[in-house]
Amino acid sequence: MFSNIFTSEALAEAWNIIRTQFPLALWETFYVTVLATAFAIVIGLPLGVLLVVGEKGGIKPMPKTLMAVINFIINILRSVPFLILMILVFPLTRAIVGTTVGTVASIVPLVIAAFPFVARLVESCLREVNPNLIEMAQSTGATPFQIICKVMIPESVPSLISNFTVAITTILGYSAMSGIIGGGGLGKIAINYGYYRYKYLVMFLAVILLIVLVQIFQSVGTKFAIKTDKRLKNQQVTRS
Amino acid sequence: MIEIKHLSKTFKTADGELEALKDINLSIPDGDIFGIIGMSGAGKSTLVRCINMLERPTAGTVEVDGVDLGKLSQKELRAQRRDITMIFQAFNLLMQRNCLKNVMFPLELQGMNRNEAKKKAMELLGIVGLSEKAKAYPAQLSGGQQQRVAIARALTTNPKVLLCDEATSALDPNTTNSILELIKDINKRLGITVVVITHQMSVVESICKHVAILDMGEVVEEGDVEEVFSHPKSTAAKNLVFPEGEEGSFCVGNQGEHFIRVVYNGAYAAGKPMIARLAIEKGIEANISYASTKGISGKAFGTILLSVSGDENIVKETIDYLTQEPGIEAEEVEVNVQ
Repeated sequence: MFSNIFTSEALAEAWNIIRTQFPLALWETFYVTVLATAFAIVIGLPLGVLLVVGEKGGIKPMPKTLMAVINFIINILRSVPFLILMILVFPLTRAIVGTTVGTVASIVPLVIAAFPFVARLVESCLREVNPNLIEMAQSTGATPFQIICKVMIPESVPSLISNFTVAITTILGYSAMSGIIGGGGLGKIAINYGYYRYKYLVMFLAVILLIVLVQIFQSVGTKFAIKTDKRLKNQQVTRS
Repeated sequence: MIEIKHLSKTFKTADGELEALKDINLSIPDGDIFGIIGMSGAGKSTLVRCINMLERPTAGTVEVDGVDLGKLSQKELRAQRRDITMIFQAFNLLMQRNCLKNVMFPLELQGMNRNEAKKKAMELLGIVGLSEKAKAYPAQLSGGQQQRVAIARALTTNPKVLLCDEATSALDPNTTNSILELIKDINKRLGITVVVITHQMSVVESICKHVAILDMGEVVEEGDVEEVFSHPKSTAAKNLVFPEGEEGSFCVGNQGEHFIRVVYNGAYAAGKPMIARLAIEKGIEANISYASTKGISGKAFGTILLSVSGDENIVKETIDYLTQEPGIEAEEVEVNVQ
């Protein structure tokens, strides 16, 4: 199957495709991923906060039915395979973007798939916040909103960053999948040239670029998470 | 003035109801350092959390300066909590904020102007002796330093009451002493009423004026520290004062010996060799079967169990001799001889 991969003809063709298609595809993949992650965080972060503070015994208990409904919706969205979800949200995509095909249109299903995931990640981060700190804030006269904004979120910033890094790499993977329904980017090139037209070299190169992107996102995210964490003592210790 | 009246707290657990506090009545005068001591599980932490309504009492009232905290709305209660601040066993500093910003936290909640808050926070860091650590993060500080930052934070709102929940239990003895000195100093200088929750006798002895002993959710003894510790009546109090067990439990003696319990109740007797003089002046040979004495603010407190051989007269003579000294009490006691 891969026997003709390195013929001079294939190489020349691949080079041509790389030159003409890859820069745009790389850019598309990048911005789709970043935008989808940003929107997913915008929706997922408050939702994750609500999951923690709104439960029974939380700092701002919400009606039980509301919490049950939210949990149910998140679980449903989390269990639908992304490929199916993309097709299911076509009406929503059309309503928001005007079309269901294209790079911008692929952002909608990505956000729908990613925000419940982000909400769960945020939930688990916030549960890790030391309950003693919340008690301290309460004893100091903090309102629930102040506890969220000044204690829970700031205290979990390092773990939020590493979890958002996990989210962005997952969304990058999903964005490549959206090539199937007409989304742009490296995924589209890999499918169109590699799968439909048997240009495996192009497919492999696209995959390699995706791997490189994941690596970059991951290492930047990890570095940033470590840098922001003030619990780590190895930074300019000022001990007497 | 903190007045706790008929306060009870019951927790609903999986195995039924747990009565953490039963009909607690305490009044803590302004400017006092009041100790609440008890073993783990006695209900101390629940009690202190009822004082600032972090735990809602099941029954009873808590009044601070005449304000019934249980009747306040959430908003009023939050305002009231600026007057009743708290420090904790685990310090509870925000780990992602530097010391200065930790101290500024309560002011930030009130929406105080940033520069003003900063000025106030620096002033308080100065009081606790940590001005140069303003930019350091809690993880870079020792436990004692972290507790100092927590104390500075607790003082930013000019509280009337400072609740200390096992504030020194995670610290080594030297650091404990320096933190206790700081608390004492704050009490004296700023006139803040301090409520100290602890399981350590030494903490109560070194800073408290009054003490309540809590056992199984009940106040079993209450009063002046000197009084309570020199005449422990309840089992819980005796266990605290004599952690090794009560005197009678391990003394040895012979048949025909009489036992005399000598109680040092604030006697300036440290420099006087009472027992030796008893032998020289009266010719009575007393054997020390048990002794546990402590110096509390320069006075001697504790118990000595003497055994003397001879008849009733010898016993009477010994008691008379010892009790001439102010602050010493003595009585004959029955001890089971092994």
